[in-house]
Amino acid sequence: MTSSSSGFREMKSVVVRFAGDSGDGMQIVGERFTDTSVTVPNAIATFPDYPSEIRAPIGTIAGVSAFQVHFGSTNVLTPGDEPDALVAMNPAALKVHLKDLVPGGLVIANSAAFTPENLEMAGYATNPLDDPELHSNYEIVAIDITGLATEALKDSSLTMREKLRTKNFFALGFSYWVYSRPIQPTIDYINAKWANKSPQLAEANIRVLKAGYFLGETAEMTRNRYMVAQADVAPGTYRKISGNEAIALGLIAGAKKSGRELLFSGYPITPATSILEALANYQHFDVQTVQAEDEIAAIGVAIGASFAGKIGATATSGPGMCLKSEFMGLAVTAELPLVIVNVQRGGPSTGLPTKTEQADLLQALYGRHGESPMPVIAANSPSDCFRAAFEAVQLAIKHSIPVILLSDGYLANGSEPWKLPDEADLPELVMPFADPALPYVAFERNPETLARTQAIPGQVGLQHRVGGLEKDNKGCISHDQENHSRMTLVRAAKVEALAKNIPPLTITGPAQGKLLVLGWGGTYGAITSAVEALNAEGVAVSSTHLRYLNPLPPELGELLKRFDQVLIPELNSGQLSMMIRARYLIDALTLSKVKGSPFKISEIRERILQLLND
Amino acid sequence: MATEITNIPKLPELSRKDFVTTNDVRWCPGCGDYAILNSLQRTFAELGVPRENFVMVSGIGCSSRFPFYMDTYGFHTIHGRAPTVATGIKVANPELSVWVVTGDGDGLSIGGNHMLHLLRRNVNINVLLFNNRIYGLTKGQYSPTSPFGTKTKTSPTGSLDNPLNPLLFALGAEATFIARTVDNNPKHMMETFKAAHAHQGISFVEIFQNCVIFNDSAWDSIYGKDNRDDQMLYLEAGKPLLFGKNKTKGIRLNGLSPEIVDATTAPADILIHQPEQASPLYSQLLATMGAPDFPTPMGVIRQIQRPTYDALIHQQTAAAKAKKGAGTWQELLHGKSTWTIKPT
Repeated sequence: MTSSSSGFREMKSVVVRFAGDSGDGMQIVGERFTDTSVTVPNAIATFPDYPSEIRAPIGTIAGVSAFQVHFGSTNVLTPGDEPDALVAMNPAALKVHLKDLVPGGLVIANSAAFTPENLEMAGYATNPLDDPELHSNYEIVAIDITGLATEALKDSSLTMREKLRTKNFFALGFSYWVYSRPIQPTIDYINAKWANKSPQLAEANIRVLKAGYFLGETAEMTRNRYMVAQADVAPGTYRKISGNEAIALGLIAGAKKSGRELLFSGYPITPATSILEALANYQHFDVQTVQAEDEIAAIGVAIGASFAGKIGATATSGPGMCLKSEFMGLAVTAELPLVIVNVQRGGPSTGLPTKTEQADLLQALYGRHGESPMPVIAANSPSDCFRAAFEAVQLAIKHSIPVILLSDGYLANGSEPWKLPDEADLPELVMPFADPALPYVAFERNPETLARTQAIPGQVGLQHRVGGLEKDNKGCISHDQENHSRMTLVRAAKVEALAKNIPPLTITGPAQGKLLVLGWGGTYGAITSAVEALNAEGVAVSSTHLRYLNPLPPELGELLKRFDQVLIPELNSGQLSMMIRARYLIDALTLSKVKGSPFKISEIRERILQLLND
Repeated sequence: MATEITNIPKLPELSRKDFVTTNDVRWCPGCGDYAILNSLQRTFAELGVPRENFVMVSGIGCSSRFPFYMDTYGFHTIHGRAPTVATGIKVANPELSVWVVTGDGDGLSIGGNHMLHLLRRNVNINVLLFNNRIYGLTKGQYSPTSPFGTKTKTSPTGSLDNPLNPLLFALGAEATFIARTVDNNPKHMMETFKAAHAHQGISFVEIFQNCVIFNDSAWDSIYGKDNRDDQMLYLEAGKPLLFGKNKTKGIRLNGLSPEIVDATTAPADILIHQPEQASPLYSQLLATMGAPDFPTPMGVIRQIQRPTYDALIHQQTAAAKAKKGAGTWQELLHGKSTWTIKPT
């Protein structure tokens, strides 16, 4: 993978992890490194990893915050498995993250932070930077970052506290040197951010950034510098986007294309909150946001808005889904368009609020009382969240039905370049409104979509009542047993009616063979990377990824039967596997992981090779 | 704003019948809900609101069947959550006249949280809380307004819960309109409903309602024929607090406590009803006054002005558009910063 040329080691891709105390500014550094790398251009994916405590005590293990950047000259679909380099701003950061580093990987440590007090808090008996074994296993570059940053600012009138806060830019500057990145984009960023508010601060940060970069040049601190060639990126206009931002934009785009206004109601919950926060800034797009008193109220407000003719939407995470489930049942039986986003996190109960998991799949399908089927779709990458959210709005409108969109903490916080779609390529969405000239029957249906005809308050002569009680096909309350049976079937058929328009599945690798890897949601990057790499090495293995979990794509059954074995990697104990086994009666294998972190490409690769070699 | 609203230049004359649905009304014979339904239908006919602009929203309970009996837009939602759905409807379209029908269990027990927030947000919605001090639809369990010691199937030796005072609850949430009426006085109900409708902001109306099956005569000691003169105090803005058969008794303050005086000998001391008083002290005095020592106030207890949530949210939208211009696709997709990869 690497070769030496003119002092640089060329690499196809590199993973760098910036780690420090939550107050050390590691997220900012990671973001800057990312924004610089996209201009190269490199293919890129990132993932932040921060503690659930807002400010854990300084220097502790619990207070470590990290940001991982994966950049490359070829396709980059995940934030990367093991980091090639670790920037550790204190002993706790080294303690937490060293175990993930590749053998021989680069450690850039702020030696000034390795004080007896910090070492003790991190659980080190002696200074690891003095440990010969560490030096033999990794390339250790210990720099007095704190000292050099403050030294660079010795003429500045900033307070010592302010000077100390610039040290993250020193680490960033040095990293730029190691990885041959330009520093100008960061200088532009600093100027845009601080030049007006505080020119002194802007100047100080730039000086420290340069000091970090020049230290590399003058002191030859490392054995190697690395070069990652430009990636062959498809022409177009790009922006960097996280999964939650993309969901917000997708919902707005769906509303715009329907000619209806978006009313989003949410309640703060990690990791879904940033969707509500993002949408609150789009009032001039006729987006209204209601921060409700609780999770139940949030969906109630959205349902009310839908009933009144808006695009009603809400977003939450697992615990909130539990609270919303009764209202989801109401939306199912009242047959109202609605989008419910679940940004999944580790459970049960409060679980792992800041960590990712895919364990709410069965809840999404079956987590309501009674026969209460709902369409369930899943996003597969941060930028795909835009298209997935748009599609959720599209389905909700077209079929007069509440739709669950599953995302997860990994997609929500991860970000990647997004090639901007052309607005003209997005379809117009048409609400199945009643013809005001005809007598209105609330539960009259479109024969193809089975959507019930909608009428909204304020429309003359279309007064009607909806509610949670069972009704007949005219909307009149009915406790008749045959009617209940019929309506149960209709509600199920409505979901199945979506299947006709599911786009064909994309298959990576051969169309038939020994092994198919079947995935859904946020595992897309890891699965596809593993399969593409194996294909490139001549190993015959295939993969496909599900957007639709309910209904399942019509051709899936046939596809599965073309392979001797089916492997389903999931960040749960085998929920899709259970569905596939029950539905298609095949002996699907599960690759399960419930550790609060996404799959590594290598984990999937190893399992594939193991199965092929058995 | 929804474009579907068709503004009718001249409103057609409406009558009670226009609001009657073909559904059979299924409340128990003798239930107080019948009189409330009738009064509300008659009120709606007189409000000058286009029929299609009324929306009835309810939760679960006997009272929550209400939307099915009103020929308007209606939404029978889930237990306790009607305030949330109503908020969504009103925010979506502030032109609508939105009415929440709830009960003491639906509105103050399972839905207490939502009621609290609906009131403090001052959404321009009318809440009719039917208080019969019992769970009726589940066949007779004590409710949050049942008196301490109430014996029911779930409290055979007496309930241990201190009852909630709905008006005090509404006052605690700083509701801008708080009123009380009774199911056996259609004229007063209609006056109160009209006042609730006229109020811009949240209107909270407690209705003493009789459950003929599970808690019959619960309010008779107050509104029964023999008791009403001495036990009820009808409020009128700007008029003294008088009650009794010939209005011979009045309420005055003794320190910070009310006391009953002979109105014929000490008229100057008697409190004048001022529902617009911003200080909650006077409202609290009325909200907490009642049997056995005092008459129970009826009518509009408090009515103050504050901007409504639904108006404010639309003002924010308009202000954002005025400041930033209406959002465009370009702005939506491009955001703050993009980069372009040119074809090689």
